[in-house]
Amino acid sequence: MQPPAPSLSADEIRAIIHRHLALEGPLLPILHALQEACGHIPEAARAPICDALNITRAELHGVITFYHDFREAPAGRHVLKICRAEACQAMGGAALAETALARLGLGWHGTTANGAVTVEPVYCLGLCACAPAAMLDERPVGRVDRARIDALLAEAGT
Amino acid sequence: MRIWVPGDSAARALGADEVAEALAAEARARGIEARIVRNGSRGMIWLEPLVEVEIDGVRHGYGPAVPADAAAILSGDAPCALGPVEALGWMRRQTRLTFARVGVIDPLSLAEYEAHGGLSGLRRALAMDGAAVIDEVSASGLRGRGGAGFPTGIKWKTVYDAPGARKYIVCNADEGDSGTFADRMLMEGDPFSLIEGMAIAAHAVGASKGYVYLRSEYPDAIRVMGRAVEIAREAGILGADALGPGRGFDIEIRKGAGAYVCGEETSLLNSLEGKRGIVRAKPPLPALEGFMGRPTVVNNVISLATVPVIMEKGAAHYAGFGLGRSKGTVTLQIAGNVKRGGLFETAFGMTLGEAVNDLGGGSATGRPVKAVQVGGPLGAYMPVSMFDTPLGYEEFDAAGGLIGHAGLVVFDDTADMLGMARFAMEFCAIESCGKCTPCRIGAVRGVETIDRIREGDPSALPLLADLCETMKDGSLCALGGFTPFPVMSAVRHFPDEFATAKEAAE
Repeated sequence: MQPPAPSLSADEIRAIIHRHLALEGPLLPILHALQEACGHIPEAARAPICDALNITRAELHGVITFYHDFREAPAGRHVLKICRAEACQAMGGAALAETALARLGLGWHGTTANGAVTVEPVYCLGLCACAPAAMLDERPVGRVDRARIDALLAEAGT
Repeated sequence: MRIWVPGDSAARALGADEVAEALAAEARARGIEARIVRNGSRGMIWLEPLVEVEIDGVRHGYGPAVPADAAAILSGDAPCALGPVEALGWMRRQTRLTFARVGVIDPLSLAEYEAHGGLSGLRRALAMDGAAVIDEVSASGLRGRGGAGFPTGIKWKTVYDAPGARKYIVCNADEGDSGTFADRMLMEGDPFSLIEGMAIAAHAVGASKGYVYLRSEYPDAIRVMGRAVEIAREAGILGADALGPGRGFDIEIRKGAGAYVCGEETSLLNSLEGKRGIVRAKPPLPALEGFMGRPTVVNNVISLATVPVIMEKGAAHYAGFGLGRSKGTVTLQIAGNVKRGGLFETAFGMTLGEAVNDLGGGSATGRPVKAVQVGGPLGAYMPVSMFDTPLGYEEFDAAGGLIGHAGLVVFDDTADMLGMARFAMEFCAIESCGKCTPCRIGAVRGVETIDRIREGDPSALPLLADLCETMKDGSLCALGGFTPFPVMSAVRHFPDEFATAKEAAE
């Protein structure tokens, strides 16, 4: 269960940044911490990050957009990741993902209208011997079939 | 009463948490004093959740267990009883060196780790000088288990010889290849072995800091490793005097951010530095100019976690297993459409067919096996006709494939090989770091060209072959360079699926 995304004050943003400044290569830990705190990388954090690390806005934008994990806007209350990789495909994962997306009327990365769940593709969860696999927030789920996907979506509040 | 219920994420994905809760509740109701340990997985994923109960000092297995089995498991008359776990064929046939403790001990108990041989490798290493440790690792024949198969000893020697006051040990735990989960299982099931391996590496090359770059898709592994590092610090295995008075070594766990290409070592180093995960041109080698431009050992989880047992039992013991230049053991990960999927550690040399049919029991669906993708999304599709290929680096190379991280993904006869070839290109397009043109543009053109083949364009197949040549020869790293392996192996071994479409259209 992810808490609703709070917005961060300038002080909170500064505190998160400064907590990581002693690290070698602190940018990814800072971005992860910000996203953990408020569900995305807030626009207001960009200038202070650039100042603290002495990097340009373009460099920061490059990093944020390079990685699949970082969001520029908050996701739904839950994130359902469905594996698209080969081992899951070998067990019917592609059809399963299509069914789930069709049921919700979403494409990959889409969020349901009620904000309950965002569906993301993932390329391997390391659950390849119990494929097809999915992950609801941080909970792994193996041998996913239609019934189990329906149960997960119901649990997420769709 | 001692009970084990795996806390491994594959076991959790199959309901282990609910089983553990049911057992705890049942024990409470009966007034039995039960100690439930959340161990790693034994690797028999088809039997997960695999509960173990100690009876007269022997661990008896029950699996796959469901919460409703709790009462019967405690009474000892559950229908899912398997008998002593160590006596199961899957366990008896293995040579567990790297995975000796996984599934056996409480992953976060340093005392159990030590009682099962842990830390003796580090102690022996610390009594030797760095060069002698490197000689020992070289003599063991250990090669990079991440996929490239580069001799670990040579890499360490390069870092040892490199001038520099500050050196690093970076563990590549960005296990992104589909069909592989050995790194995850090891980190969740025996995290101290990785920490010990990194400490030995640090002592050998003179490094003072280690990083584990761990993919964000593995939250359980991140949690276990993070806790293990804290425990190791409290015990003085890490910290200011870890390698001797004034010779400090510490480890930091760094979370990846969902980029597959960061499993490539130079891209990983850029990511660790806080940059886009763009591949660096080599030279300079990371061994000479790695993290922060300083000498850096970059090794895979399994390579590093194997070092303690080499130091404990000696190079000759380890090198005594294997085939030709593939020394020691390989941790096979049998996955996909297979009846008995899981992890099986054995000496190099078993054939692919034995692994799939004999160990894996054929397909899960019961249909004939059609192909096995070996070595992740950049590995070749091997048809059944090549099942006699022995699992070894050179043997797979000669067969036009690669053993990679030793993941085997099994497909039954319903697999659409043209679709799988297209997916390989699509995946490369999604995950390309964008630095080099053959990969960034080639993968997109590859998807389009395969679509043209599907639509029956006769000129598209030669074009695909040509494109694959360009990607193979012109890409900077294995992502663009190896994507042709799955694509062209599908074309080569299943030509009908690429030709039928054409003939149908003509």
